Amino acid sequence: MTLFFLWTDILVWTLVAAALLGGWMLLRSPVSRQKWVTIFRSKIAMASVIVLFFYLVFALLDSVHFKVDKPNGGTPIVSLLDMAMAHQKDFSERTYSAPFATHEYTKSIVVDAKGVSTQRYLPLKYVSSGQMLSGSIQGLLTGALIAVFLIGIHLLWRAKGSVGAHFKAVMHGNTQLPWRTAYGVFALMTLLLAWLYVMSFSYHVLGTDKVGGDVFYAALKSIRTGVLIGTLTTLVTLPLAIFLGVSAGYFRGWVDDLIQYLYTTLSSIPGVLLIAAGVLMMQVMMDNHPEWFASTIERSDLRLLFLIVILGVTSWTGLCRMLRAETLRIAKMDFVTAAKAFGVSKWRIMARHIVPNLTHIILISIVLDFSGLVLAEAVLSYVGVGVDPTMYSWGNMINQARLEMAREPMVWWSLFASFIFMFILVLAANLFSDRVQQVLDPRNAQ
Amino acid sequence: MLAYIIKRILYAIPILIGVNLITFMLFFMVNTPDDMARAQLGAKQTTPAMIAAWKAEKGYDKPLFYNEKATGTAKLTDTLFVNESLKLFWFDFGLSDANRNIAEDIRARMGPSLAIALPTFLIALVTNISLALLLVLFRGSVLDMSAMVVAVMIMSVSGLFYIIAGQVLFSKIWHWVPISGYESGWSGVKFVLLPVAIGVFAGLGSGVRWFRSIFLEQINQDYVRTARAKGLSEIAVLFRHVLPNGMLPILTGVVVIIPSLFMGSLIMESFFGIPGLGSYTIDAINAQDFAIVKAMVFLGSVLYIVGLILTDISYTLFDPRVTL
Repeated sequence: MTLFFLWTDILVWTLVAAALLGGWMLLRSPVSRQKWVTIFRSKIAMASVIVLFFYLVFALLDSVHFKVDKPNGGTPIVSLLDMAMAHQKDFSERTYSAPFATHEYTKSIVVDAKGVSTQRYLPLKYVSSGQMLSGSIQGLLTGALIAVFLIGIHLLWRAKGSVGAHFKAVMHGNTQLPWRTAYGVFALMTLLLAWLYVMSFSYHVLGTDKVGGDVFYAALKSIRTGVLIGTLTTLVTLPLAIFLGVSAGYFRGWVDDLIQYLYTTLSSIPGVLLIAAGVLMMQVMMDNHPEWFASTIERSDLRLLFLIVILGVTSWTGLCRMLRAETLRIAKMDFVTAAKAFGVSKWRIMARHIVPNLTHIILISIVLDFSGLVLAEAVLSYVGVGVDPTMYSWGNMINQARLEMAREPMVWWSLFASFIFMFILVLAANLFSDRVQQVLDPRNAQ
Repeated sequence: MLAYIIKRILYAIPILIGVNLITFMLFFMVNTPDDMARAQLGAKQTTPAMIAAWKAEKGYDKPLFYNEKATGTAKLTDTLFVNESLKLFWFDFGLSDANRNIAEDIRARMGPSLAIALPTFLIALVTNISLALLLVLFRGSVLDMSAMVVAVMIMSVSGLFYIIAGQVLFSKIWHWVPISGYESGWSGVKFVLLPVAIGVFAGLGSGVRWFRSIFLEQINQDYVRTARAKGLSEIAVLFRHVLPNGMLPILTGVVVIIPSLFMGSLIMESFFGIPGLGSYTIDAINAQDFAIVKAMVFLGSVLYIVGLILTDISYTLFDPRVTL
């Protein structure tokens, strides 16, 4: 078993490192530290971030891949999440089954020993019935234990002085940040996930899809796709937008004309069509270079990477325009003139004096774009220019579910699962971005 | 005014040339015509002769920018760039990869696209503005707060769910309207109702929030205070002062999309089987028909730039301070 890095794994961990570094640099300044404390003082923002944190953990768990040597040959690439869900990944039923069902959803024709054929509901293979109560108790207890343990550690870490007094303050909601809300949401999510996880050993908690695959597993795997598209795209967007926007605003003249021409041209092409054209070309390129990937998982990963790059290259124009306007304004200010008078080089002025004053615009655009990108993935996958059809993604799940809704009786759980998973993520992201915008946007300052 | 419009149209030409160059690079330089031929013919047993035949049939066998074999000006004109990209300026879209006349297809499909997009646009505009005004009237109240929560929730659901849920509820379970299809004329109304309703509802969250923030920005201005001091009722203030003054930011966001309505909606049209330009594009994407996608990219950009020009013109109509 060896560690194996997919392209997007490398990028995602780079992003985590960059985010930690950026966060540390931001929090060094007392002013921006105060801003962030203000952001988290809102209970809704705190609750949203806890929810987002859970999604991030699943995305990261699914971004650590191993090459496993199977005794019967073959070296499949599996992630930590796959290992935790191996009981659902490696065994699949024959066809549809409802959540917590013990039998298949449709009747099958069975021929018994006497040669009489009957129609009946076949029992599911990997379901052990009668575990409802004991499984639930076991799951909820495990969840409660984990939650109490982790919250306890956090309480001890936050307590300055008497732990008892701190605990009381949290319980009465008298802390500077709304920790009571945070702990509540954290405990709720942990209980729910622990229950679902323990139950998934005896049941298909969200049913199975057309070929008998577990829907809960598919929805969990889709988290990585959604979160990656929402976050990694900014990794492509930011350097382009910052470099071009700041250069245009600072140098002006022909540099400004050229960059303005570039983004006006790009932004006048309808987004979906440009992405579609880009993805079509990428497909042709990948069809002609089969040597770039060794397995289907690497193939779909490469396609995800290309999709992220295409999304990034087509979506930097809005941010660039804003950064250019703000740079134009800042470059006229006294401290920039002073820096020029001291003989500070152009690039240094841009890096040390201008870009730090743009952070609020950049941060707002990151959080604002995230939910849009998650939703865009679903639409693009439906149009046929999204992620690889073999990849787990909410878009692909919806795409399949569309046909299932026409069945009689309706197969609703795939759609339901992708709906819930997506809705919670996007809602949390939207609520959080509202708060970030409210606090960081200087136009809202009182 | 006329001079300004002409200036803007001239300014649009370099941008369209840029759009042309970008699509050209995407379609002919990222992958060579040989690659495309291999992808179209299937990767397995393609001989060089088959590739050459495919390229000759599509006219893709010319050099990119400079034809050494030709004579005179044909050195520059008998190239892929001129034949495949510059032609688009005369709206000469040529033949699709399935040998259909693209320009004719587009003309035939604009109507159905508009039949969905135009009512959606107008009804959404009126509903969003009315609801936003209502919320601004009751700003800070429980109604306003809860409406904002609902708006964020509506925004957080993918449009695909609204379409699927709408089709299941209204067509499959209640049988109010047909599930998909299209007819022109008044008999087609029953096909249009559901897509329009879903389109309006899906845009409600972000729309109402956007209009509300525009009106709230106005409501704290001095002129509003003066109007109230004169003794105007709150409703009169809203309709006579806030709404007209909010027109400018509204125009910036709204006018620019009007020409693009011709392009239709990709998702809506393919779910409801509307034979418009949106489903045309999706079909082209799925069939990997590069000629159609290229034509639609160009058409979309032209319509967007027309939208920008219309926005500027509309300013002069609504804001007496702006003269062109």
